[in-house]
Amino acid sequence: MAIIERSSDILALPPGAGVARAPMGVFSRPRAKTGWRSWVSTVDHKKIGIMYGASSLFFFVIGGIEALAIRAQLAAPGQKLLSAALYNQVFTMHGVTMIFLVVMPMGAAFMNYLMPLQIGARDVAFPRLNALSFWTFIFGGIFLNTSWFLGGGADGGWFAYAPNTGVIFSPSHGMDFYAIGLQITGIASLVGGVNLVVTVLNMRAPGMTMMKLPVFTWMSLVTQVLLIFAVPVISVALFLLTFDRLFGANFFNVQQGADPLLWEHLFWIFGHPEVYILILPAFGIVSEIIPVFSRKPIFGYPFMVFSGIAIGFMGWGVWAHHMFASGLGPISVAAFSVSTMFIAVPTGVKILNWMATLWGGKISFTTPLLFSIGLVAMFTIGGLSGVTHAVAPADTQQTDTYYIVAHFHYVIFGGALFGFLGGFYFWWPKVFGYFLDDKLGKVHFWLTLVGFNLTFGPMHILGLQGMNRRIQTYRDGYGFNFWNFVSTIGAFIIALSVLIFFVNIARSKRGAHLQSAPGPDPWDGRSLEWSVPSPTPEHNFDDDPVVVHFDDWWHRKYQADETGRVVKVHEPEEIAMIGDGSRAHLPAPSYWPIVMATAFPLIGYGLIFNLAISFVGGLVLLGSMVGWALEPSDDEDQLPHGHDGNGHDDGDDDHAAPAAEREEVTVGD
Amino acid sequence: MTDTALGTPGAADHGHATSTGISNTKLAMWVYLGSDCLLFGSLISTYLLLRHRSVGGPTPEELFDIPFTSVSTFVLLMSSLTMVLAVSSLMRGDVRLNRIWLGTTAMLGAVFIGGQVYEFTTFYREGLGYTTNIFGSAFYTLTAFHGVHVSVGIVMLMSMLVMSFRGNLGPERSETVETIGLYWHFVDIVWIIIFTVVYLIP
Repeated sequence: MAIIERSSDILALPPGAGVARAPMGVFSRPRAKTGWRSWVSTVDHKKIGIMYGASSLFFFVIGGIEALAIRAQLAAPGQKLLSAALYNQVFTMHGVTMIFLVVMPMGAAFMNYLMPLQIGARDVAFPRLNALSFWTFIFGGIFLNTSWFLGGGADGGWFAYAPNTGVIFSPSHGMDFYAIGLQITGIASLVGGVNLVVTVLNMRAPGMTMMKLPVFTWMSLVTQVLLIFAVPVISVALFLLTFDRLFGANFFNVQQGADPLLWEHLFWIFGHPEVYILILPAFGIVSEIIPVFSRKPIFGYPFMVFSGIAIGFMGWGVWAHHMFASGLGPISVAAFSVSTMFIAVPTGVKILNWMATLWGGKISFTTPLLFSIGLVAMFTIGGLSGVTHAVAPADTQQTDTYYIVAHFHYVIFGGALFGFLGGFYFWWPKVFGYFLDDKLGKVHFWLTLVGFNLTFGPMHILGLQGMNRRIQTYRDGYGFNFWNFVSTIGAFIIALSVLIFFVNIARSKRGAHLQSAPGPDPWDGRSLEWSVPSPTPEHNFDDDPVVVHFDDWWHRKYQADETGRVVKVHEPEEIAMIGDGSRAHLPAPSYWPIVMATAFPLIGYGLIFNLAISFVGGLVLLGSMVGWALEPSDDEDQLPHGHDGNGHDDGDDDHAAPAAEREEVTVGD
Repeated sequence: MTDTALGTPGAADHGHATSTGISNTKLAMWVYLGSDCLLFGSLISTYLLLRHRSVGGPTPEELFDIPFTSVSTFVLLMSSLTMVLAVSSLMRGDVRLNRIWLGTTAMLGAVFIGGQVYEFTTFYREGLGYTTNIFGSAFYTLTAFHGVHVSVGIVMLMSMLVMSFRGNLGPERSETVETIGLYWHFVDIVWIIIFTVVYLIP
């Protein structure tokens, strides 16, 4: 009782307009269906997915500008474009931005949008938690980037080896922003992870058994399980670093007996599963694209699934290959060498299966397929250089050289990002109801491929020649000049290709009314998202789909005739859902997720600058928790009988019943 | 299906089965607890790595009062028993008894937290500050993280109690109490590990 009453003045803080006329005041749910309010209060997994995608592209531009600054500085020997201190900040923030604010949310964008559609659900298991994880992510990303205006960005490298990132060696607030900012995005990942795992396990349509799930959904599940177990480890590492930096704890204080390997172990126990968190969603995406454009089912579906699970499992046993140069001792080095070579096996299975899917297929080389083939080729190069890291003596030579930089850009850019770009072209008509231009798309692809290889290919050579990574400049006469210059040219070609991508989006959107509408199933797709109209209606499916086969949608369109030939028996338009939402009951929007998410950066700023701000953040957090718990479970308009008739004399019950219902939801976070 | 989509608890109660048969909230709690295992795993490993590396005292051997901590451990373990009784009384529909056991569980948890506060202040008076040595940093961080978990559990139990007094915690909601019970037992089990590893193993 007391809790509930105390909350009301706090609750009056932020929720904004749209609530005044509602009889339940701040506790009623927002109603906006259009305009910015509908985006701010949405709990729709599709809108949240779109927002994840848009913000990841925004951060992609920021991270890209940082990359161009790095390449401009290294274009020729002895340049003074960036000072050494600024260079440290730029490469650190480039890495942090690209990994945590671009590739991870881009994967989350596809998972949020597609995964409920692919399993035949109306939404995720906890729609408001889904909104919370998005807003927490975006505020965490903004928090990290405000460090530029508040004393400089983080400067300890993206893996932030302590004690190098302690106050002594990194006195600015940059590393505080890093530690707290990643803590915030970690909360977002954890909340999202719990939500999506429960969704896949619990919300499948009738008949959708685990071994009928599309490969993308499977890879999403593996990714989210990895996140759930990896995030707490880096959370602990970041807590220890924060306590060291802000409260004078001794975890990384070598004079007090600290072990510098502690950070490396904690970070890489998170960090290696993290690289699979980055790549597996893209693996899932190409596993959807390649069958569609080869007009064949995926080759070896169970192998695809189990190799994904195997990668996820073995990903926990290879972390120390990042630490071969740290003096672990021969037994550890040997064990981690072997496990690292082993993990190439399930990855190789996937590569083989993609090629076998293409083999003998009726291939149409659309932009999504080009990007997918780009992934298979580029990731294979990156995977092979990865195997050279598994060989410990070779790795000792390669550690901290540009060879490493080349390797991880081949797997993360050439792997994950190629997959995502293909995914954008593939699902764009489903999401927005118009195609991206295929000609411009092909220009985009070829420029990306050429620019990418020009940028990162030469880094193999530079690394083996002995050029250190993270070095602000180099002197003439080491033989580094030519390949660095080539690499810089490549980087600007990539920038041009990104520009073309944005031009493509703008032009396609402007010309959308001239295109013929994509219809529900423009590519002759295989999974359930193609059985609903484009763009997907808010309620997804008119009725719960009933699943019989793997690739169920394809099986509804094609059947074997008497002679055993597979023929098309239905046009997609005949059997697709028509988008009639009258039978659907949707979760009502809510402002509380965004309100709660503002609390985290406030607490963060307070820890760095003035604890009073943290106190305000804490109040916002508590208030929004209460508001979240007391919010009625529905928009009144959507309730069958409305509350008006019964009156609000028994307001207590009206408030309390939803409180009881929602209590359980908050338990999850 | 629609109810499940809303994430409303009791969806299972209304006959809308989830794919696994376990309700969304309960499954979410299990998944979250899996994640929490890694949180405590990392903290405990950190403590094990650092506890004997201090330069200068005080050392664990000088500070720990095993009989005292054994008693507070016993109190916390008993709270698991009362938690089970709270769930089973609500399942049988005995709301009054349920309130008693919920209150007892919260109170036992609070006694444990009180013991921890007493222990921290005693250690501090005996010269172990948070920044004094590396053992101090590791010890306080690990045990405080556990203490915060217990405190969150107490807050959840108290909200259950408030709901119960407002007449909103009947047998149909016994799964809510059960889910909170999962969390509570988990926190207890973690304490058994911490007590063994930190206090008992020299």
